[in-house]
Amino acid sequence: MAEKTTYIGTAVVRSDALEKVTGAARYAGDLKFDRMLYVKLLRGKYAHARLVRVDASKARKLPGVKAVVTGTDFPYRMGLYLVDRTPYAVEKVRYYGEPVAGVAAVSPEVAEEALGLIEVEYEELPPVLDLLEAIKPGSPLVHPELHEYEHVPAIFPVPHTNISNHFKIRKGDVEKGFAEADLIVEDTYYVPHIQHSPLEPHAAVALYDREGKLTIWASSQSPFAMRKILSQSLRWPMNRIRVIGPYVGGGFGGKAGLNVEATLVPLAMKAVGHPVKLVCTREEEFRDTFVRQGMWCRLKTGVKRNGRITAQEFEMYWDGGAYTEYGVNVTRAAGYSSAGVYDIPNMKTDSYCVYTNKPVGGPLRGFGHGENHWAIEQHMDQIAHRLGMDPVEFRMINLQREGSTNATGQVLHNVGIGKCLEEAARLIGWTKVTGPGKIEPGVKKVRAKGIACMTKAPAMPNDAASTAIVKLNDDGTVVLNISAQELGQGAFTVLSQICAEELGVRYEDIRIYPVDTDHGAYEWQTVASRITYSCGRAVMEAARDAKRQLCDHASRYFGVPAGDVDVADGRVFVKGDPSRRVPVATLALGATLPDFSGYGGPIVGRGKFIPEGIVAMDAETGQSPKPVANWTYGAQAVEIELDLELGKIEVKKVAAVYDAGRVINPVTAAAQVEGGVVQGLSIGLFEEMKFDERGRLLNPSYVDYKIATAAEIPEMLVSFVEVPQEDGPYGARGIGEHVMVPTPPAIANALFHAAGVRVKRLPMTSESVRWALKQE
Amino acid sequence: MLHNIRVRVNGEWVEACVPSHRRLLDFLREDLDLIGAKEGCGGGECGACTVLVNGEPINSCLVLAVEADGAEVLTVEGLGDAKDLDPVQEAFVQNSALQCGYCIPGMVMSAKALLIRNPNPTRDEVVEAISGNLCRCTGYARIVDAIMQAAQAADAAGPAPAGRAAGHAPAAEVSRAGGE
Repeated sequence: MAEKTTYIGTAVVRSDALEKVTGAARYAGDLKFDRMLYVKLLRGKYAHARLVRVDASKARKLPGVKAVVTGTDFPYRMGLYLVDRTPYAVEKVRYYGEPVAGVAAVSPEVAEEALGLIEVEYEELPPVLDLLEAIKPGSPLVHPELHEYEHVPAIFPVPHTNISNHFKIRKGDVEKGFAEADLIVEDTYYVPHIQHSPLEPHAAVALYDREGKLTIWASSQSPFAMRKILSQSLRWPMNRIRVIGPYVGGGFGGKAGLNVEATLVPLAMKAVGHPVKLVCTREEEFRDTFVRQGMWCRLKTGVKRNGRITAQEFEMYWDGGAYTEYGVNVTRAAGYSSAGVYDIPNMKTDSYCVYTNKPVGGPLRGFGHGENHWAIEQHMDQIAHRLGMDPVEFRMINLQREGSTNATGQVLHNVGIGKCLEEAARLIGWTKVTGPGKIEPGVKKVRAKGIACMTKAPAMPNDAASTAIVKLNDDGTVVLNISAQELGQGAFTVLSQICAEELGVRYEDIRIYPVDTDHGAYEWQTVASRITYSCGRAVMEAARDAKRQLCDHASRYFGVPAGDVDVADGRVFVKGDPSRRVPVATLALGATLPDFSGYGGPIVGRGKFIPEGIVAMDAETGQSPKPVANWTYGAQAVEIELDLELGKIEVKKVAAVYDAGRVINPVTAAAQVEGGVVQGLSIGLFEEMKFDERGRLLNPSYVDYKIATAAEIPEMLVSFVEVPQEDGPYGARGIGEHVMVPTPPAIANALFHAAGVRVKRLPMTSESVRWALKQE
Repeated sequence: MLHNIRVRVNGEWVEACVPSHRRLLDFLREDLDLIGAKEGCGGGECGACTVLVNGEPINSCLVLAVEADGAEVLTVEGLGDAKDLDPVQEAFVQNSALQCGYCIPGMVMSAKALLIRNPNPTRDEVVEAISGNLCRCTGYARIVDAIMQAAQAADAAGPAPAGRAAGHAPAAEVSRAGGE
């Protein structure tokens, strides 16, 4: 008799491994079609300028050019949270690089040549490049029309300013809290703009056919959200828009929502019947796709001599760029998580999204949290040292625990951060630290440890839902129809494991196909570390539904009650009678009964999930009993070696511990953590988009914008805590984004322990560390 | 200007007429539909387009198709397929040394090139060999593990069929070598 196979917690081989190591996996840029045209975009040459004249008449006449569009041809505003963005600049360019015109031609060379024939006359306007200047009264406005823009209710633009969202937390009484404090610590922190830089640049193909239907193949985390944005903006029914999503070659948030695809729509509509294809250059990828917003903040904390925090005041200003359709939500997320992992009774937080004439800010892996934790987690160490306490000990006093409240006043349960912090400290071999590192004469390199915590919740609307369909093939193999995207995080593997576990079939027999909004089960977006949690629940339900049908067939087939049959390892059997079993195939399309009559029919299981009980935060106070679906906690400890002459930090070891609720696949989970740690390390030590005084990006290449290579990887010790998530599949919650959040502040804290200096502005380059050492 | 070239790609001679400016990467991807090699940057910075030319790893975005005239080119498609994986590919699968997969064909080819010239590399040598191949997902650790394991597997299996790996064997030998 077949044993019940358990796939949960098992390190099955990734379902996409063979495709990817053999080069068979197809990405959007690999797609080719008959009659295909190649698209190039003409990009603005000023950070802020009025478009006096855009004359494309010569380009239109170039042989081989099939379509040319400019902003006035397609002046539709689009956006996920705030509808402020047009695919092409209309009347004004608002950042250096904004699309002014697009060309579709028979070859990339012809398209490029046509761009050179488009005449653009600009009238330069004063650019808004300094975040803190942009919020002052009298600053030039990037969007004077802000008050007219549509937005979701959770966003609070300030009309006639550059502030596109002002998120507030008002909890308890901060004045009272500061009055009770024995010590008040205040400091400022900064994170620069950075780029996701997935190895696959954004790519898309759009076809507007003779029937008037638009089909888009895109490297996208959000096929359904893309369809929704286009449908709302163009006032088209959704059944005229189809989005197909092949494998995504890395997303990290940069391929969420609607991106470069929007520029293809008007070109496709002009070149009816021709698929039009755009693949971003690396320069465009750096500058003209979503970037992570810069952020400047001021953090002030009151604390008692015994280490208990009494109050916190937090002001964050986000350099949102030219359009903040998605960035407004980053501001919001950073606001409601502004307590970090700490129980703080009195809080005042103001998080402002600010328009500037810079590239467009958007979501980046763990958005809002990498930024605010850069401040919070250094701040906690600073306070601990002022109190003469060990940073781990100080954190332990203030950690959120059973019954604590977070920034939104939500009462917390099943909080795993204490275990994470203990385990991370143990793994790194933490010994009590009582103050700044002191440099002994003659020493060239020093080693030191640092630690940081994090928490994050999915930043999504309350109706972000998932569905799943489980279809059995004649031979008992299974089509798992879901529309989560495989970005590399292992979604297809983990969802297949859940399906196999629930349905009782072999993992290898399950197949997931690329997302297609016409045929696929609905999925909001593959973002927010929500797929295992949300889509996982839908898959569980769909597989259980399919299994119920299978057992119903089996009950008739074997002539026993439905409760007496079960499915395991691809076989349906009568419990306790090993001789009475058949392969799933026998019953997949229905049962043939002893009299040869048919029963049942082809099996299709369905499942759905929406996080329940989420209550919108109060507009004035940000308070809510349940503002988000769930919180994931984690802690990281690092050991660095600091070269005192060069100021160079080498991260030697990282211990990363996350409360995953339940680990579905220990290998893909650990692999996520490793990748996140190294991305965090890269952001901590190397990454910054640099602009000149005219708002031009100076380093749009991997030569000038360094990301971590194999030569920089530390030893990584990964561990999981499993405090179950009540509504997660088997108790699982997401970890995908969280894993890069605490790496930079942990390094910064180690730097202080090594040499007594602190770099409060990312990245901690050799230059900035050397400068800090010199100042000491 | 157009040029007639003759290139042996994955063991088969290909004759083509290409313009001077045609990059080897475009020749492979656009003309031969070998889409395994990816373009990540177009400037030799990321390694996603790595293929072997006469056994040496090169960024195919920096080489013109005409420069490959007469050469042996090996792409990931010539390395192995699902029923006959190269030990490097097998090790990547077993070590879960991939996530989004976009850098993987280039990474696998860089690893292959290393093991051809140095069948028993140290960990540092592996790191150096792939330090020109960027990956944003994995954090590299499992990729390094996979390449070390592939080297050990090849070592345990005796001398590697170097002709196949270097692309010097005729097509018939290629398939024979794969059966070992």
